[in-house]
Amino acid sequence: MKIALTNFDKAFENRIRLQIMSVLVANESYDFNSLKELLAVTDGNLASHLKALEKEEYISVIKSFLGRKPNTRYQASAKGITAFKKHLEALENLIKQQKG
Amino acid sequence: MKDKDVLDEISSIKNIMERSTRFISLSGLSGVMAGFYALIGAVLAYRLIPIYSNQSFYEVFVNHNDHIGIAYDGPAFFTTFIVLGLSVLLLSVATGIGLTIRKAQRKGQNVWNQSSRSFLKKGALPLLAGGCFILILLWQGYYGIIAPACLIFYGLALAAASQYTYGDVKWLGLCEIALGLIAMLFPLYGLLFWALGFGVLHILYGTIMYFKYDRENSAH
Repeated sequence: MKIALTNFDKAFENRIRLQIMSVLVANESYDFNSLKELLAVTDGNLASHLKALEKEEYISVIKSFLGRKPNTRYQASAKGITAFKKHLEALENLIKQQKG
Repeated sequence: MKDKDVLDEISSIKNIMERSTRFISLSGLSGVMAGFYALIGAVLAYRLIPIYSNQSFYEVFVNHNDHIGIAYDGPAFFTTFIVLGLSVLLLSVATGIGLTIRKAQRKGQNVWNQSSRSFLKKGALPLLAGGCFILILLWQGYYGIIAPACLIFYGLALAAASQYTYGDVKWLGLCEIALGLIAMLFPLYGLLFWALGFGVLHILYGTIMYFKYDRENSAH
């Protein structure tokens, strides 16, 4: 149904981006390396997906230092959480519709 | 979008959310071992106390006053309990860490990650508060409350930390709290309840979790 399809967020069309958003919605924040380990992707791959989500303002970055090691953490923004929830609702609605 | 794709997407979302928050390397077997250490410690305590006090174990915990106190509090009695308790604790923690690391290596998981850190942080507060509380009880001589306090604070720590590991741990926590509250009603039987909570319950839950999560079944 065309109406339902427009509720799907283009930003989450990519599986990795959807997963990143899922993690950030389930946790207060998550650091780059933990994300990399969890999703089993390369540095560059992860970085590009994170950039895309940042551009949509769905996530925000917090850069700090742990002693001398740089530490980059990500958080879901309110806009991102809302978008994610809408996307989930759209998915669930599609199931309900198809079940009739 | 096909039905199956949508279901896959939803379940992959749930899956990754769980994986990102839960510390799943926790070894159920270590619970069983901790249970055995606790039972051995309890039996030793029961055997050793009459030696030090010339009274039977139950006589030692008789309510002489209106508050829950203890009749005998010589230094040797004091030290025996502390040494036994700390040994059981240290052995359990060491075994827990060792078996958890081994399980993580076997399953190719990283032991030290965001979820294990959160797990420890959440459990730390009730444990610290409980530890201090119990030390004060020991110092003030309110020995009858120690076993219930151990059980309740431990149960609270488990229930809080369960958010960051297997959900089953929450039920163990709740059982410990319940047992601790019941133990308060029977101040004579502190050691028995301690043995039930730290011994029997751990063996029971550890076994369940071992068969549910630790073994090489591909379903998990």
